[in-house]
Amino acid sequence: MTIASPPAGPVPWQPEFALAMVRDMLRIRRMEERAAELYGEQKIRGFLHLYIGEEAVATGAIRALEAGDNIVATYREHGHALLRGMPMRTILAEMYGKREGCSRGRGGSMHLFDARLRLYGGNAIVAGGLPLAVGLALADKLQQVERITACFFGEGAMAEGAFHEAINLAALWRVPVLFCCENNLYAMGTALARSESQTDLCAKAASYGVPTAKVDGQDIVAVHEAAKKAQQHVREGKGPFFVEFQTYRYRAHSMFDPDLYRDKKEIEEWKTRGPLHTFTARLKAEKKLTEEQFLALDAEVAKEVEDAVAFAEAGSWEPVEDLTRDVTAP
Amino acid sequence: MRKISFREAMREAHHEALAKDPRVFLMGEDVGKYGGSYAVSKGFLEEFGPERIRDTPLSELGFTGAGIGAALGGMRPIVEVMTVNFSLLALDQIVNTASLLRHMSGGQFSVPLVIRMATGAGRQIAAQHSHSLENWYAHIPGIKVLAPGTVEDARGMLAPALADPDPVVIFEHAELYNMQGELPEPWSTDITQAVVRRQGKQVALITYGGSLPKTLQAADMLAREGIDAEVVDLRVLRPLDDATIMASVAKCRRAVIVDEGWKTGSLAGELMARIVEQAFYELDAPLARVCSEEVPMPYAKHMEQAALPQPEKIVAAAKGLLA
Repeated sequence: MTIASPPAGPVPWQPEFALAMVRDMLRIRRMEERAAELYGEQKIRGFLHLYIGEEAVATGAIRALEAGDNIVATYREHGHALLRGMPMRTILAEMYGKREGCSRGRGGSMHLFDARLRLYGGNAIVAGGLPLAVGLALADKLQQVERITACFFGEGAMAEGAFHEAINLAALWRVPVLFCCENNLYAMGTALARSESQTDLCAKAASYGVPTAKVDGQDIVAVHEAAKKAQQHVREGKGPFFVEFQTYRYRAHSMFDPDLYRDKKEIEEWKTRGPLHTFTARLKAEKKLTEEQFLALDAEVAKEVEDAVAFAEAGSWEPVEDLTRDVTAP
Repeated sequence: MRKISFREAMREAHHEALAKDPRVFLMGEDVGKYGGSYAVSKGFLEEFGPERIRDTPLSELGFTGAGIGAALGGMRPIVEVMTVNFSLLALDQIVNTASLLRHMSGGQFSVPLVIRMATGAGRQIAAQHSHSLENWYAHIPGIKVLAPGTVEDARGMLAPALADPDPVVIFEHAELYNMQGELPEPWSTDITQAVVRRQGKQVALITYGGSLPKTLQAADMLAREGIDAEVVDLRVLRPLDDATIMASVAKCRRAVIVDEGWKTGSLAGELMARIVEQAFYELDAPLARVCSEEVPMPYAKHMEQAALPQPEKIVAAAKGLLA
């Protein structure tokens, strides 16, 4: 895939809204940069899958949803959880494995859940969340609840049978699922072209009679505007919609990944299209954002991050006596 | 008391659940227009409509996962999988999502889902439709595994399974659907305990599901030879009711486990391990088990029957312990 050319034309948003978008992306970015450091300090262990480079996708898409909608995400879901409304403190505490984490430290970075926020994980089986999303949407349809389910997954998931079974069911039953494919071009270390005979992901979805859109995932404006239209279609009861967000992961797949499968030049090229700096540059050029404003925002986010780290540090460990709690209902 | 078939008992249980609770719906391959591959849901599509009697494509993984999602979303789905062999296509959703969501989320989510499937051999449908993999499911923390072996349990187990806040897998041995039995009114069934189906003093025959009729038959044969066998029906394969099992072992001091699964890595093996751990000093003889031969299930009738536990094999195993 060639890198899309930088977006042209003015940002069609009020400065307050644009600033909120910058803030959201910045919160994900700074939280994860700090998480990577904490991983180096061995405060966070296990797998840690960073979303750095892809922030515009979750930010633009989740801002297009309503607060009562369902979200199903993957193991690269820190940003989705944060923007759905999970406090950064709770996320960091979960990464630490502390009892104050959203899942009491049982899930870790890959398994952020919040029943109250209707965040259904944090699924670390590739494509595992897709059938679940269809079922959530089916339950809403059967109960006549006006709500949609947004399901995030990577392009790697589209090689799984679960994708094909789930999108077929969703289309067949016309249930309200917004399929959000975060195409970052690599399924762990395997490039799309090395794993799929058909690299046009929208063509796959379209073969099930589902309407699709291909979007520059590095452009927050494009992401948000496309997500707004797509979610409207789903919300109006017209059945599922599939959006491919073309994006790129700047960091390795996980902290265990030596990142040997892609050219450093490719990474550097994609970085020139970073969602955060390209958007802030646009806003500055349009005089919708000043450097002072940006720095103030960054400082505010840095404070939130440090507060979250302090909260996680001060957290407690679940007592071992609780090990078998919640395997089944008491 | 009234005479009823296992199939009719299952059908009544489903009808009652659907009529009582609008959150209940049935989904699976050919549950609707076809009437259910074992005719458990015959006529339901006309009565309850296609939203609640939901025919699915051949997508075991997809619709089982959708069942999990629907359960999370407030419904009480019953997912019917044609046979245990096909359920392997859905194993990922059952093992990697349904069973562990509660624990992994720190107790935030319940998955009140019932998954039903036919199991077992005896109808000459060969190796891809005849296995007994109950123990694969019984291995998994976070789910309950039931195996009705009587018409009373066929009639009574569905309601408590639907009321359970956790995933429940029900194994229906395909040889049982046509079995006739007396259904007491009112029937009483729970999904927590094993039951002694026949009282005896000399040897405990411990079994479940499709092997229960064969084991009861073996007990009759033993009685004719003057041997007083007790028959324990496990009913619940996870969690196992150790108390009932150990009480029977302590009373009879000898035990034979009858399990249609293969011997290696079987539920029978788990039961033997538990008896050795908990009741070793009660035993007067080594434990014995009658399982399926370790071969894929053959088609030819004589070969299939040779591969399965049979009353004669159970009798021989029991007599071996008393010799």
